[in-house]
Amino acid sequence: MAYIAAIDQGTTSSRCIVFDQAGGIVSVAQREHRQIFPRPGWVEHDATEIWTNVQAVVRDALSHASLSFSDIAAFGITNQRETTVVWDKATGEPVHNAIVWQDTRTDALIRQFGDQDRFRERSGLPLATYFSGPKLRWLLDNVEGLRARADRGEVLFGTMDTWLIWNLTGRHVTDVTNASRTMLMNLETLDWDSELVDAMDVPREMLPEIRSSSEVYGTYEGVPVASALGDQQAALFGQTCFEAGEGKCTYGTGAFLLINTGDKPVRSQNGLLTTVGYKIGDEPAAYALEGAIAVTGALVQWFRDKVGLISSAAEIETLARTVDDNGGAYFVPAFSGLFAPHWRSDARGVIAGLTGYISRGHLARAVLEASAWQTREVVDAMNADAVNAHSAADLTALRVDGGMTANNLLMQFLSDVLDVPVVRPIVAETTCLGAAYAAGLAVGYWSTTDELKANWHKAAEWEPSMEPAARDRGYRKWKKAVERTVGWMDEDDD
Amino acid sequence: MPGPIQSIQRAAEVLKLLAHGGAHQLSVGEISRALDLAKPTVHGILRTLQEVGFVEQEVEGGKYRLGAALFQIGTSYLDGNELRAKALNWSDTLAMRAREAVRIGVMHGKHVLVVHHVFRPDNSRQTLDTGALLPWHATALGKALVAFGEWPDGDLQAFTRHTLNPEELHTGMNVVRDRDWAYDLHELVEGEASVAAPIRDRRGVVVGAIGISGPVERLCDSPEQPPRLELVSYVREAARSVSRELGGLSW
Repeated sequence: MAYIAAIDQGTTSSRCIVFDQAGGIVSVAQREHRQIFPRPGWVEHDATEIWTNVQAVVRDALSHASLSFSDIAAFGITNQRETTVVWDKATGEPVHNAIVWQDTRTDALIRQFGDQDRFRERSGLPLATYFSGPKLRWLLDNVEGLRARADRGEVLFGTMDTWLIWNLTGRHVTDVTNASRTMLMNLETLDWDSELVDAMDVPREMLPEIRSSSEVYGTYEGVPVASALGDQQAALFGQTCFEAGEGKCTYGTGAFLLINTGDKPVRSQNGLLTTVGYKIGDEPAAYALEGAIAVTGALVQWFRDKVGLISSAAEIETLARTVDDNGGAYFVPAFSGLFAPHWRSDARGVIAGLTGYISRGHLARAVLEASAWQTREVVDAMNADAVNAHSAADLTALRVDGGMTANNLLMQFLSDVLDVPVVRPIVAETTCLGAAYAAGLAVGYWSTTDELKANWHKAAEWEPSMEPAARDRGYRKWKKAVERTVGWMDEDDD
Repeated sequence: MPGPIQSIQRAAEVLKLLAHGGAHQLSVGEISRALDLAKPTVHGILRTLQEVGFVEQEVEGGKYRLGAALFQIGTSYLDGNELRAKALNWSDTLAMRAREAVRIGVMHGKHVLVVHHVFRPDNSRQTLDTGALLPWHATALGKALVAFGEWPDGDLQAFTRHTLNPEELHTGMNVVRDRDWAYDLHELVEGEASVAAPIRDRRGVVVGAIGISGPVERLCDSPEQPPRLELVSYVREAARSVSRELGGLSW
């Protein structure tokens, strides 16, 4: 019996999950990598360490289930998006640590570009530190001799999918979903856009070839490497959101709500991103609207690692349940500015509503509730865009996935503040599942997307139970807390 | 086998005394009088306990009280929310394979507390019952937990004519320990059955149980027979996977 192995190269760890034909998990292996913080606001990864870890988790996942490479029908790849690495074509050595998506070092560069919506028509994205193009530009400007080497064709650029595929197969390619996050790709042509590439002033020769999300890029140990999808797009795929209007929200380090908008890109009027959802082989691409929230699970990790009131992420629920409500405290985790729908890089975090009454239990509540209120803002933006586009009606249920869906208190509160049911599918690991599905389709392990849809089952559902007045009051306070985060950073701040 | 070690016995006496003393703070003199031990002996024991963090002093030369390290040991039980987070993937996989609802339970006083629930994967309308309490003696989850833990006090209500009496349960516990899994057949609800297996932490201690439940027609070959071995193997495999996730088993 053959299996599909998905490699999930994430922000904090790399994992390999082996799936069977029903989409069930056969084996899991995981290794964390270092988070490198050279300065406030800067976040880097060692791309070589990541490649070493990826090889190790593949080995571990196979050995845990007593499998060999010959048992694997295909590898699929999903990855943290936007994280940027440049390496030497001849030696494979990265020229610098990878610059991670959360990194805000390109803030000044972004300001120089001027109008936030300057590239939105072509790329679907607002100007923000988040995306890869500006990070690549920063490397070219700041790594000594790099621009000259790039002009001589000696170095290659890639997001993490490209870095892994290059190491696994020797090919320099990326997929449409990852390319759509560089701010260098044209959403209509699905190719590098000369105007964007010129504006960002990066040499076209160092960019990878853009391919579909589901095709055989090459082989590793004789096994086809047959898919690449940015992590959020992979989750959309894993939740089998193949129809326009279907969407999901994934809770990890950040949270990402994506809605499939079909074969036409929809431009947001409300701070959402237009992005490629997926492209299966030669079929037309499916586009998506995305609400990106930078900090959700990362706030719980911060509470664990930097505040130390809990010793594991799951304990936040235990601590939060020691009290009945947030005691009036609201925590807006604008650690690297605010993403959707605000896009304010000058914002920084606040805890509002502090009084002598607030205990650590209340703070734990505020930490969890922050994820839910941020989702509410994005859902409101989605609904407003849907009205503007005269398309699908309001969201009637939210499909969720990711590690934080293990938190019952959060899921209930999320349903309460959205006032719609929240539904978790039976495989919470939809990111890996999506990469596995796309790879399996490419090699004929699964034949149609309908076959994949039949694997989707509801594992849990939370129904709203909050009084409308309490919901409105809470949301009003949340918005006031958000107002207090913006404009914090000054011109002369580093 | 050597006899009990006197100094450890005395250290335990000191800790018990500090734990039950009204003020929770005692001087060397007070401890030595209460336990009828020489002051230097008591002092030596306290110094050693202080070094490992089991007792502490507010000020140098002051009274002693129980130390933080002791509380950490005492509270190193497995958080139910932690168990759910660690078990998420494997309980999902179990529900998919068995095509039945999955629950994870821990002992909570005399009852089984449901800390995780995965719906039966048929997209029918079901309600999450995380946080619910189940009777231990009439469920596979409860039997799997009690077989490797303490027998809870209290009367055992007969829910159906199949609910086991204490004597039958005691005998059954030995079988559960031998097999490392438990089942119930019509014992809580007529026509329903359940299968469960224990989850172990890195010390090998049973910290929870994972199981499936459903109608007898689906779980058993006939209404009088225990659940099918294929389903039992899925449950046991899930329990092993979660235990492995907790560090309780090596790969």
